[in-house]
Amino acid sequence: MAYKHYILVCGGVECDSNKGDDLFRKLIHAVEHRGLMADIQVVKSGCFGFCAVGPVVKILPDETFYVEVTPEDAEEIVEAHIVKGKPVERLRYREEESKVNVRIKDLSFYQKQFRIVLRNCGAINPEEITEYIARDGYLALEKVLFEMTPDDVIEEMKKSGLRGRGGAGFPTWRKWEFSRVVDEKQKYVVCNADEGDPGAYMDRSVLEGDPHSVLESMAIAGHTVGANQGYIYIRAEYPLAIDRLNRAIDQAKELGLLGDNILGTDFSFDIELRLGAGAFVCGEETALLASVEGKRGMPVPRPPFPAVKGLWGKPTVINNVETWANIPVIITRGGDWFAKIGTEGSTGTKVFALTGRIQNSGLVEVPMGTTLRDIIYNIGGGVPGGKKFKAVQTGGPSGGVITEEYLDTPIDYDQLGKLGSIMGSGGMIIMDESDCMVDVSKFYLEFTVDESCGKCAPCRIGGKTLFNILDKISKGNGEMEDIAKMKRIGHAMQRVSLCGLGQTAPNPILSTLRYFGEEYRQHIEEKKCPAGKCKSLISYEIIEDKCIGCGVCARACPVGCISGERRMPHLINQVECIKCGECYNVCKFNAVAVG
Amino acid sequence: MSVHTKVEIEFSDSLLSFIDEWRDRQGNLIMILHKVQEEIGYIPRKAAMKVAELLEVPLAKIYGVVTFYHFFKLEKPGKNQIQVCMGTACYLKGGEDLIQELEDILGIGLNQVTDDGRFSIEAVRCVGCCGLAPVIVIGEKVYGKVTKKELPGIIAAHRDG
Ligand SMILES: Cc1cc2nc3c(=O)[nH]c(=O)nc-3n(C[C@H](O)[C@H](O)[C@H](O)COP(=O)(O)O)c2cc1C
Ligand code: FES
Repeated sequence: MAYKHYILVCGGVECDSNKGDDLFRKLIHAVEHRGLMADIQVVKSGCFGFCAVGPVVKILPDETFYVEVTPEDAEEIVEAHIVKGKPVERLRYREEESKVNVRIKDLSFYQKQFRIVLRNCGAINPEEITEYIARDGYLALEKVLFEMTPDDVIEEMKKSGLRGRGGAGFPTWRKWEFSRVVDEKQKYVVCNADEGDPGAYMDRSVLEGDPHSVLESMAIAGHTVGANQGYIYIRAEYPLAIDRLNRAIDQAKELGLLGDNILGTDFSFDIELRLGAGAFVCGEETALLASVEGKRGMPVPRPPFPAVKGLWGKPTVINNVETWANIPVIITRGGDWFAKIGTEGSTGTKVFALTGRIQNSGLVEVPMGTTLRDIIYNIGGGVPGGKKFKAVQTGGPSGGVITEEYLDTPIDYDQLGKLGSIMGSGGMIIMDESDCMVDVSKFYLEFTVDESCGKCAPCRIGGKTLFNILDKISKGNGEMEDIAKMKRIGHAMQRVSLCGLGQTAPNPILSTLRYFGEEYRQHIEEKKCPAGKCKSLISYEIIEDKCIGCGVCARACPVGCISGERRMPHLINQVECIKCGECYNVCKFNAVAVG
Repeated sequence: MSVHTKVEIEFSDSLLSFIDEWRDRQGNLIMILHKVQEEIGYIPRKAAMKVAELLEVPLAKIYGVVTFYHFFKLEKPGKNQIQVCMGTACYLKGGEDLIQELEDILGIGLNQVTDDGRFSIEAVRCVGCCGLAPVIVIGEKVYGKVTKKELPGIIAAHRDG
């Protein structure tokens, strides 16, 4: 540590877009202006994960954690904290009013977490390869090149028990082994950075916060299976990640860690980016490979598996970003060490993007086997606004919901499967009593219908039919037979669709039917939406006894359909009402009822 | 293509040299189309024809790819493209209401452009700021925890941009 203090500014998208960049510049200015450049380094790091309270600033070595910092606070932080040694109390994160947390690792948001994948995110400057190297970066590659045979590497991966983090949970070592044994000169290594789940962003954070961990692992895989070319297939919607990866590749090449004759050996390995173009199905591995080849991203039936016959017909190892990020640690610390973390069938950790109706939304990394309750309540701080928890959705459009009574289930691949959901890529969305399960299913089905490539009929037609039935139910025109019909279609899609998209598309419906059958029945038989979400099924009414005639609702109503004398109960004209809920939101006397 | 009609559309030098650099690389088409869209803002028919000519591939193949991927646009978007996130978190927190309100304010529907060409509205997938939901993005700027009330102000701030 050459510097006396490090000021780390979170460079994750949430903080950065929330005036974080301005703050970063003002901090640099404040440091330069005092001539402190030799003692203090201001670094923009990867995402700290605690997005709910951004922009976040960390001061090292004393580990002070400032939250919701504005650009205007920059001068004060430098002057008071750095120069005078007095932390700025008002910016410190407080867990409860009475308790001021001093050390970052004591925050309950971080305490239950265990960081392998996110080990460097928020700790290094991702644009400087030297910072990655200083934290044992490229040590694993060196070990693989000089101390291990490909057999040793596979053996270590096998011991670790690492399973793919892209969704399916396939053992990584087996894929590698399949590719390795094929006798073929040209092989490829691919990183799946398409991150298609519409409520997940952990891959993005790894790429933005620690790009080298992916590059290093891809080179390790290349050496192990005998490939000399890697591709990273990344969403065009992630420009910052693309920029960081390009820089990282250039810097690694300059230092001889990528390119020809890596570290003076006869192993050569190059990595190029290929941009996705907004098609969810391209996250599926066979469709992804078609897209890398520059074609329409249509999936093809497996087998043959890409590991044997992939890109341009050659053996191709394809892994997800988070899977890659685990590998350097497995190599340096050993598969046995890794296997001790987590549960027997699911080793290691998992990163989740905790969002929705949750106090502390953000990225959390926990050992497999942690309970949902721990994540939602101890790390996430529970549901805000005094609302009641209803369900947690995992696995995005391919997954399902889990209810209160199962919150003590330890999370791993098998347990979530048993509950009718999946681990998926790590989206974890908390829903409360104001979220309607029919509406949520409709949201996901609309997504999968829109994203279906149209190649196979079960997905193309089945998905659309399911969506139409849900739409009908949400408008109050459903019939009880529709439930059996949806189950029948759903099960057929699961069995006969061509790729994972269609096979999993009915999951959101099947799982909500399993746990919230009553809510569907209410929509169908009583024509009611208990959550108040399905607009055709709700009406707003003013409760005479509670209304004091203040007129706030009448002024808020965008269509002017509320009338009444001052100090007298008001009335909503049901014919003109557009059910926007504005009156309900603004009434301070709970005098508006949703029925 | 058998008949060689020179397609008139100006490609900048940097675009031409990009295409040249990628011409013989495998899987080049999507990368080239990205570059075209980055420069022109969308993929006009003439540009697609020119790419077909330069790469010597059938126009149908180019359209096959362009129409498969949501990211590629065939129509010119507004100068300010208002992207409303419709990822799961934003959907739950009222992304749909924001679209409705924007449509009302601007008098256009989804994927349409205002008469003066200044604005268009688009629904996009998770932009990766779920903690800030609901989110809208205009150009490089991300607005988080957006309420309907803030929309007129946000639009005004971009009107001259
Ligand atoms: C419809 C569909 C979408 C998928 N989307 C992604 C994705 O966005 N990112 C990802 O890593 N894997 C995705 N997958 C999983 C991949 O097909 C593949 O299993 C994964 O990239 C393998 O890497 P892993 O073994 O490291 O998980 C998707 C699968 C399906 C069926
Ligand atoms: S859902 Fe909108 S940013 Fe993720």
